[in-house]
Amino acid sequence: MKRIKVIFFLTLALTAGCFICQPAMAQDELLSLLDDIKTKPEKVRNTWKSTRVINAQSSEQLSKGVLDFRVLHRFGFINSGPSEVFGLDQASIRLGLDYGLTEWLSVGFGRSSFKKELDGSIKVKPIWQTKGSGSFPFSVTLVAGMTMNTMKWENPERNNYFTSKLAYFYEGIIARKFSDGISVQLSPIMVHRNFVDLAVDEHDVWALGLGTRIKLSKRVSVNLDYFILKPGRTASLYSNPLSIGFDVETGGHVFQLHFTNATGMNERAFITETTGEWLKGDIHFGFNISRVFTIGGRKHKSERS
Amino acid sequence: MKKKIIKKWLLIPILLLSIISAHGQGKYFTRSGNVTFNAGTSLEKIEAINRKAASVLDATGGQLEFTVLIKAFEFERALMQDHFNENYMESDKFPKASFKGNIVNNSDVNYAKNGSYPVQIKGDLTIHGVTKPVTVKGGIEVKDGKINASSAFEITITDYNISIPGVVKDKIDKQASIQVDLVYEPLNK
Repeated sequence: MKRIKVIFFLTLALTAGCFICQPAMAQDELLSLLDDIKTKPEKVRNTWKSTRVINAQSSEQLSKGVLDFRVLHRFGFINSGPSEVFGLDQASIRLGLDYGLTEWLSVGFGRSSFKKELDGSIKVKPIWQTKGSGSFPFSVTLVAGMTMNTMKWENPERNNYFTSKLAYFYEGIIARKFSDGISVQLSPIMVHRNFVDLAVDEHDVWALGLGTRIKLSKRVSVNLDYFILKPGRTASLYSNPLSIGFDVETGGHVFQLHFTNATGMNERAFITETTGEWLKGDIHFGFNISRVFTIGGRKHKSERS
Repeated sequence: MKKKIIKKWLLIPILLLSIISAHGQGKYFTRSGNVTFNAGTSLEKIEAINRKAASVLDATGGQLEFTVLIKAFEFERALMQDHFNENYMESDKFPKASFKGNIVNNSDVNYAKNGSYPVQIKGDLTIHGVTKPVTVKGGIEVKDGKINASSAFEITITDYNISIPGVVKDKIDKQASIQVDLVYEPLNK
């Protein structure tokens, strides 16, 4: 009998307790009733404002169905003096199109006025930096490309092969967005040239790229990209390409204004043929304009179910 | 005699427990509510939909809460979605928008009977880390145990500390319209 009484009072106390607590809880934390959703690791996006740091490919991948039209322009060397309006009389351009086929795969095509060169590339981003539970600290992007010189043969009397016009490059990009304001990438690259002028010239040129971005405001950042050539014949004859500039984003456009010692705007040209030296004032003022268009792939999703 | 007493003693807690479970049945939830956002102008279409709004409605007292992940808003254009998150909503800093409030005329709604009822909802809306009191009109439709709730209202973007730069000033409507459509199911807890 006593035991039953104890059980009864215990039950009563518990029930009353629940009854009192519940409305209070319900008022405050209704949503806590749902909080058993597991959070998946989330992809870190917008490591860079565009697909190039300045000259170098960045780890940024175009979204699916996005076409990026890029106009790259370099004036002449600043040290060419007042008669050349400090380089403004000269111009070298590259027009390019990049397209995002999927979230992790994009293709690019371009033509440079320097050496009348065509270039094409494939960019794959298999590993994304993520955050949240089970996060991954950096992203890995791979770029493979090809360039083709379309100028007339220098020595037409010689037996020239079509393949002599071609060069290839392979690049890996390891990038991390440390915070909203700071992104850094390391990018080893190898450029293979089928044809070189002299027998002693290197067919394969290796370099290590370093890129960084520091945001000054939501829409403006300072960017730097630099390649250190592997010591060798090319490194001793040519300079390491260094570019410093600003990214300014205005809605659908990104303007990149910068100073660089590299004249070429594809990987073969700026890695293996940068002649300008910063300390001598061989600096180009240049700009890149990126304009993106959404072509397809994403359906409009506003229709309600 | 003994048996009778035991029955009596046990009856009271059982009764109390049953009241609690009845109380629990007054709650409804959804995890797949739709929230659309439109701040477009004639110059630019700025429209997004979020299909993952989570909400709980306590029919007994009319309390209502809902929350959306800002990153789950889908735009037609990927770049616009990036800018929405990165430049305007700062969704890394403020990942969620939420609402917490009451149905003012909750007593007018009969949750047990099919029918539609106009309601007024009053509460606090938090966007971009800024909380503002709001009162909006909406509708509740009860249909076979499910509850459809909807509401359309406007918010002034600058009220929530979201800055719009001069370059795009003419493209963005300062009065964004929000449309909320929720299909609640009974919460069994």
